Amino acid sequence: MNLEAMQRAMAAAVMQPLTASEGMRAHAPDGRAMTEIAASFIAPNSRLTAFERLEIYNRQYWFRVLGALAEDFPALCAVVGSARFEKLSVAYLTAHPSRSFTLRNLGSKLADWLVRHSEFAGRRHALAVDVARIEWAFVEAFDSAERPPLSLPQIAALDASSRLALQPHLQLMALQYPADNLVLSLHDREKRQASEAGVEHEEEAATPVKLPRLRRRPTWLAAHRVEYSVYYRRLEQEEFLMLTALHRGGSLGQAIEDAFAQSAIPVERRAARVQAWFANWAELGWICAAESVSSSSQALSS
Amino acid sequence: MSGNRFNAYQNHGVGIGLRIPHYEHIFARKPVVDWFEVISENYMIDAGRPLATLDQILDRYRVVQHGVSMYFGSVTAPDPEHLRRLKQLTRRTKTPWLSDHLCWGSVDGTYTHDLLPLPYTWEAVHRTVERVRMVQDYLEIPVAVENVSSYAAFTASEMTEWEFLTEVVERADCGILLDVNNIYVSAMNHEFDPMQYVNAVPAHRVAQIHIAGHSKYEKYILDTHDHPVIDPVWDLYARAIERCGPTPTLLEWDDHIPSFDEVHAEALKANRYLQREAPQLVEAAS
Repeated sequence: MNLEAMQRAMAAAVMQPLTASEGMRAHAPDGRAMTEIAASFIAPNSRLTAFERLEIYNRQYWFRVLGALAEDFPALCAVVGSARFEKLSVAYLTAHPSRSFTLRNLGSKLADWLVRHSEFAGRRHALAVDVARIEWAFVEAFDSAERPPLSLPQIAALDASSRLALQPHLQLMALQYPADNLVLSLHDREKRQASEAGVEHEEEAATPVKLPRLRRRPTWLAAHRVEYSVYYRRLEQEEFLMLTALHRGGSLGQAIEDAFAQSAIPVERRAARVQAWFANWAELGWICAAESVSSSSQALSS
Repeated sequence: MSGNRFNAYQNHGVGIGLRIPHYEHIFARKPVVDWFEVISENYMIDAGRPLATLDQILDRYRVVQHGVSMYFGSVTAPDPEHLRRLKQLTRRTKTPWLSDHLCWGSVDGTYTHDLLPLPYTWEAVHRTVERVRMVQDYLEIPVAVENVSSYAAFTASEMTEWEFLTEVVERADCGILLDVNNIYVSAMNHEFDPMQYVNAVPAHRVAQIHIAGHSKYEKYILDTHDHPVIDPVWDLYARAIERCGPTPTLLEWDDHIPSFDEVHAEALKANRYLQREAPQLVEAAS
């Protein structure tokens, strides 16, 4: 077996999900015995078989990636319960193993994957998807690039043909639930538990935590960074649509048209609304010049 | 010896790994520390708090970068974005040398995020040498490769681990980050004499030394970095210093991290051995 074949075989083995008792499975997906696969490239020693030696790496892999994913999605874990979250994580990471040199990007596809896998979230599926989106937006907003924003005079000089870019750390979300406050309170709970070193507290709930009553209501949310902290800000639907259109490279005129295409806001009030949004966006530094738009990590998720 | 070309002739003394639970203590108390080792991947980002924190550390302390995902032994080519970001970070930190592991961990663009051992074969030597040279040329700073702890040996191996390490570093003309705890862990797991390993390492290429603790299980030892350094590892360290001369030394503590003072005190035990070899250099470094 050459080096390339050995690395493919070993990677496939260590990334294969564990058994319920956290051991290596007896068979590979193609039906071959793992004892045979392990013995084909690993030597035993006086205490461990080839299978047992390979199993150490199999366990380490899963403990590492599951731990990393759980760190980024504590609210999702609380919403679906830790037992279901682990199953969900194993299924997600099997479908989307890391394709990046950094564990930071491990959860980048989780929300979109979860949309198609309601079986892992039960009756809280739609809420779980929203929570996953909000938590991933936090990761992106936390350390994505920051570009110099346009100044107020620059914004005042814009016209309908102007094309703009959004601040790379700004993340826009269209949600089914107003779940931002829930995520914040679950993160606070997580922080409190983590800081209570030496103080007994309830272990991670295997079942979902009791949540405050949350009514389904279309919600438009931005996650962004001020100084070094991430904040969430609710948006009006039209404001969200306009930012989305600008992000997609549409002209300012086109973005305004998109924003109000289905809007109930009376025509005579729209100009004032756009002015107010721009004043707000300028204050938050969300609007940048278009020419050096990077294909960065900025996301629009719905 | 006060340094060599693999650590840019730096006599850094004894450092510890920069870890988040210690930030508050470091910024509030500004303790005297010879140097910090930072995990490159934690700062290969575009902006935000981690980089701002790093800049504050750089204002006051010497920093050396240590990576965990270059995978010099992986057969598939490194991600160009990884290299670009790494180089960008070396410019920011002005790290005098950069280390990563003599292992593999990714294949066909999929990452295990583990430090997987290599079979000690000539094919692996040639592949690894090619990659180390490429990375070193691209980064334009000295690169040191670290021996990893391992729990599996390969039927294909054609030489010992220390022979493999020597072949790689001589052919790639790079430095060594000698992890004496990893030598101990692997020696117990593979039933060889760890002192034989330390005695065989090309001492003139050792840029840096790692010390750490580990966890003992019934049938194997795991490199967990969550305990103080045990005496047999200090013995290996003493021998390494005897052979290499005073060498930048770093204590790794990554799990169940105790207070800053406790970690630092554990690291400073290394001075007992450094003092013995060259007391004047230890004094100069501090």
